Amino acid sequence: MNLFADAIAWIFSPARLSGALPLPEAIWTHLAFTFAAVLIASAIAIPTGWAIGHTGRGRELAVALSGAARAVPSFGLVLLLVLVVGVTHKIAASTTAFVLLAIPPILAGAYAGVEAVERRVVDGARSVGMTPWQVLFKAEVPLGLPLLIGGLRSATLQVVATVTLAGYVGNWGLGFYIVQGIQIRDFTQILGAALVIVALAVVLDALFAVLQRVVVPRGVTAGRTPDDAPSRRRRRRAPEPTTA
Amino acid sequence: MTWVSNNLDLIGRLSVEHLRQSALPIVLGLLVAIPAGWLAFRFRLTRGLVLTVVGLLYTIPSLALFALLPPVLGISFLSEVNLIVALTIYAVAIMTRFVADALASVDPTVRQAALAVGYGPWRRFWQVDLPLAGPVVLAGLRVTAVSTISLATVGILIGIDNLGYLFTNGYQRQIVGEILAGVIAVVVIALVVDGLLVLVGRVLMPWSRRVRA
Repeated sequence: MNLFADAIAWIFSPARLSGALPLPEAIWTHLAFTFAAVLIASAIAIPTGWAIGHTGRGRELAVALSGAARAVPSFGLVLLLVLVVGVTHKIAASTTAFVLLAIPPILAGAYAGVEAVERRVVDGARSVGMTPWQVLFKAEVPLGLPLLIGGLRSATLQVVATVTLAGYVGNWGLGFYIVQGIQIRDFTQILGAALVIVALAVVLDALFAVLQRVVVPRGVTAGRTPDDAPSRRRRRRAPEPTTA
Repeated sequence: MTWVSNNLDLIGRLSVEHLRQSALPIVLGLLVAIPAGWLAFRFRLTRGLVLTVVGLLYTIPSLALFALLPPVLGISFLSEVNLIVALTIYAVAIMTRFVADALASVDPTVRQAALAVGYGPWRRFWQVDLPLAGPVVLAGLRVTAVSTISLATVGILIGIDNLGYLFTNGYQRQIVGEILAGVIAVVVIALVVDGLLVLVGRVLMPWSRRVRA
């Protein structure tokens, strides 16, 4: 376990505050890439997903897309885009790759959430005089939020992992320490950086887990008796995300 | 695209390597996930435990997992064993959830009927629960197979040659066609394996037409 002690010493060493890539800066850029990509992907995927869930149109396409996306190797996509867009635009090219990888899980979460709302709830909302927009934003969207947050959660983890791999193309993010560590055979640095990455991923995942509980509309939990709970069979889940 | 036609044998060789490295984790993932998924389905206490562990493993980014396994298991960092163990961990993480959900999707009245006609717990699991859970297990296996094949490319970062070699080599030599060929080869292999699993499912479980992944 000496290796882990060394790795932790590496993380907290004063040397991490200076040098070519200070650790706080690496953490910050890692997070900045992740949030930027998830935000841009959300701006595209959430409205599209809601439209698909609300109208039912384009559903097959969205299912096929999120299924096929799982087969695309994220590392290859990053390198491909960097080479195609140009090595001088690494940041823009990498971010595009992260956005492309984040879109399918968010899209799936958005449409699955809206789609999973029971038909009689939608009919009820309409029968009390709601316009189609009100049905969407007052019934379907709030009830679908937990699945949407689930999609955002998968997308975030996927991007955190892919930003790590992008350490191969530039000296940014926490992955760079690992790629550099492999080149110079510095296993303490590799393990130290890995521990920081795991901590980052676990903290982000935990935040989303809390958020997923918080966004359940109060009326849904308050009014639910054990008999009301949807049977496991009918409960839908957002499709599983890809790993990177 | 001249690069592709000049290097078909390389692509072929790497594809075979790639399939070989992916196959073991997929099979092991299924084998470990059946008991783990059963534990998560059967007892309330183990459910929380198993699903938490599996969820945590799933959050670990691949490159970080490669770094964590060697000191824990005493294996070499730059080795194929490291890649295969890491891929197996992800496969188990994905499959366990699916197996637990699959077992929960079996109608409880069927289970009670099996009990009533005299099935013991062991025979009931293999002859009633598992076959009926089959379609959902298959959906999980398809997700696992596709993600494992796509993820295996990361192995090149720890020096393991497979289709990921085309990514780093193409990047260093600035050959777009080479990286593109690698991406397409991975996607094609993943989709072919996915299609084969669907076919196997039709043969083994003729009673189920389709379950969405």
